[in-house]
Amino acid sequence: MSQTALFREPLLHTPFHARARQLSQLDSFIPWNGYTTVDVFTTVEHEYFAIRNASTLYDLSPMAKYRIAGPDALRFLNRLVTRDLAKLKPDRVAYVVWCNDEGHLIDDGTVFRLGESDYRLCAQERQLDWLLDSAIGFDVEILDVTEAFAGLALQGPTSCAVLKAAGLGGVERLKPFDIGYFQLGGIALTVSRTGFTGDLGYELWMDPRDAESVWDRLMAAGRSRGIRPLGSRALNIARIEAGFLLPNVDFLSAERTLRVGRERSPFELGLDWLLDFRKGHFTGRRALLAEQRSGIARRLVGLDIEGNKPAHNALVYSARAGRREIGSVTSATWSPTCKRNIAYALLEAPYVRVGTEVWVEIYVNSELTWERRMRAARVVDKPFYAPERRRASPPADF
Amino acid sequence: MSGSAEYDCIVIGAGHNGLVCASYLARAGRSVLVLEAASEVGGAAITREFAPGFRVSAGAHLLQLMPRAMMAELALESHGFKLAAEDLPTVALSPEGAPLTLAARGLVRLSQAEQDAYMALTAQLQRFARALAPVLNAAPPRLGTSDRADRLRLLKLGWQVRRLGRRDMRELLRIGGMCVYDLLQENLTSPLLQGALGFDAVLGSNFGPRAPGSVFTLLYRLAAAANADRSAPALPQGGLGALSNALAGAARSAGVTIRTDAPVRRIRVEGDRAVGVTLASGESIGAGLVVSNADPKTTFLGLLGSEHLDAGFVRRVAHLRSNGLAAKLHLALDRLPRFKGLEEAKLGARLLIAPSLDYIERAFNHSKYGEYSAAPAIELTLPSVRDAQLAPAGAHVLSAVVQYVPYALAGGWAPARQPLIDAILDQLELYAPGLRRSVTAAELLTPADIEREFRMVGGHWHHGELALDQFLMVRPVPGATQYATPLPGLYLCGAGAHPGGGVMGTAGRNAARVILARAA
Repeated sequence: MSQTALFREPLLHTPFHARARQLSQLDSFIPWNGYTTVDVFTTVEHEYFAIRNASTLYDLSPMAKYRIAGPDALRFLNRLVTRDLAKLKPDRVAYVVWCNDEGHLIDDGTVFRLGESDYRLCAQERQLDWLLDSAIGFDVEILDVTEAFAGLALQGPTSCAVLKAAGLGGVERLKPFDIGYFQLGGIALTVSRTGFTGDLGYELWMDPRDAESVWDRLMAAGRSRGIRPLGSRALNIARIEAGFLLPNVDFLSAERTLRVGRERSPFELGLDWLLDFRKGHFTGRRALLAEQRSGIARRLVGLDIEGNKPAHNALVYSARAGRREIGSVTSATWSPTCKRNIAYALLEAPYVRVGTEVWVEIYVNSELTWERRMRAARVVDKPFYAPERRRASPPADF
Repeated sequence: MSGSAEYDCIVIGAGHNGLVCASYLARAGRSVLVLEAASEVGGAAITREFAPGFRVSAGAHLLQLMPRAMMAELALESHGFKLAAEDLPTVALSPEGAPLTLAARGLVRLSQAEQDAYMALTAQLQRFARALAPVLNAAPPRLGTSDRADRLRLLKLGWQVRRLGRRDMRELLRIGGMCVYDLLQENLTSPLLQGALGFDAVLGSNFGPRAPGSVFTLLYRLAAAANADRSAPALPQGGLGALSNALAGAARSAGVTIRTDAPVRRIRVEGDRAVGVTLASGESIGAGLVVSNADPKTTFLGLLGSEHLDAGFVRRVAHLRSNGLAAKLHLALDRLPRFKGLEEAKLGARLLIAPSLDYIERAFNHSKYGEYSAAPAIELTLPSVRDAQLAPAGAHVLSAVVQYVPYALAGGWAPARQPLIDAILDQLELYAPGLRRSVTAAELLTPADIEREFRMVGGHWHHGELALDQFLMVRPVPGATQYATPLPGLYLCGAGAHPGGGVMGTAGRNAARVILARAA
């Protein structure tokens, strides 16, 4: 085989690729974890409002997925992640983060407990090397099952109704973070009430061979409830509103940073609530306890910024004069639902208290002329948007 | 927690480092319990019978690197320690006959130019060794910390090297990362002499004389010898086991309790702190802190368990290169052997079969592919020549370190033991014709046997390769380089820690100093 033949297919296709290709009007694809995925199907606005007002289908298949099973599965996971998973019951999901020895974040993800000693870990990025290193000394089997399952997120206020219409009776009984097993026209579906939008929503896991059939049935069942395919760009707006972090945007995996000080700890990212120091040892515990004692130098906070121009990549200052730089914005968007100009920013510790006024330097391209605007901003709590319906059980029938 | 502790300190393993560490802790007023899995103390420094009436130092068979000052401080002589011989010359054997004797006073039998070159080279290496020697006596300085002690020690090391003068310092920096093969080719011409010097650079290591860094291992060995104030090896009366017994006597008289036949199964952890041990018998013993003389893999992965450690640290421990390449062969001889060209008076010397650097490198080559060499490099002694109690009257014991013998032999060890013994005997026969006929018993300890008998993972007598990437501030692995470990209350004191093995005892003493300084 010639060298170039190896690169003939630089990006892989997900099990939903044919449908994505068909429905994508902009041919706007981006790489994610080695797969080509849709950035925008039609327009960002249409897709975004479908998340908040109807329902959306989003292809999750590139998520890295690992089966973790065996007698030591729980002990292994509890040493890996910062939360106490002894409390996770079968058929439940938990949001987790894991750190390196220095207590710096490697990635976040979700753990599905599928059986007594059978777990699945889903993560944005590949993690097999770290998982195998973490498995030294544990009787546990770790399998990369990324390609064994297709994943589809059905998110939006009508998502429960769409599933019921498709024939998933009883799906309304799933509470947030529950897992259920259903049949869709003879196709086995694992459904979790989880998502990345902060709205009512579900994630569906299936055999890749059934992927297109499931997609078609859901699109058909959801037609009268405004279902749309969703690309990553619109999802990004919803996830910022919902307060979720995006790897490589809001933090870099500590295993990837080259420069000293570019790693982030859970304290810095505002993930203190995920740390359980009483459960026993986990990787990074001693470093995190030391950091808890010494305090942190910076922290990721929410910003509410005046005006309506998103503060992409903006530097943040202590005062309007812009002489004292105190941090920078990691994610920013105009929130169509909140009607607020919101952002996450990593700020120096003295400026992270809610209510603190800071100044953001925004560059605006106004008809090919760049303008610099200093805008006042306030440190605020996250999430920016948390509708009741995301938790309501059973969900209302829209 | 410490309320239920029965001892201030538990030391796991009564090898020489464990006993030294225990002595120093007890002399500072700590109550110390030493737990030994075997039936006698000593670890790999023991004397035992391998054939009826024949006794041998089963692991280490020479004493050179233990500092005289430490031995005096521990008053080993008052606990029965005696040397049968010291200042043993090294004799490089030749298959052609006419061996070469290396002694402090120089070499006979070589040209004046070669003698001068040898004296100049060894003098220079000795200067370097003396400059490096102080590093052995304290916890190695870590790089990139703001710790005052680290910085002071680094400064001191820099000063020691700077004091060598510009010319020597430049030469040290030039040769420091070189291979010993090139260094010796540069300076000397006699293959026999080159082989003998090169052998010291690779003894107990997983590389041949052409490996980068082998000058450093040679310097390191010379530094340890300089630190010990012993330029040539010595033979303890009664073998190395007698040294261990004296160390145990010194420990007991300092108040240490030693229990043999007490293998530790687990290090107990409570509230993220080592609080004692559980024995294989199920017995639990509490202590304020636990000091492990076991090798790092056994300590962290076996006795402690990775669940108490961070994943990155465990990965580093698991990747520690700890497979030994040195085997021991013990022969019972019914008479004194004769070596070609060697007068009988020199049979008590340290004898080397490493007639050239290429010979050693070729012997190493096989081990890369999981094979042993039919022409191995050998360090042999006939301890019974100087110590009659080791063998029946008229009979003798031969103890040989054989390199390179892989830990994991391709095809497994069971079918290969006798062929290897035969191959070594064939090789010995070239140097000592007739030796084979005088053999009445033979015992081979492969690295796998050494692992089993002395409980060291991989059978490496340094508890982990001594090489540039596992030296000093990275020994055994980052995170455990100054005797303390990531787990509060757990310390290392064995050969896996700085400055390594070789019956030195320095790791044990350094560990005790660190523990006492921390607790003070």
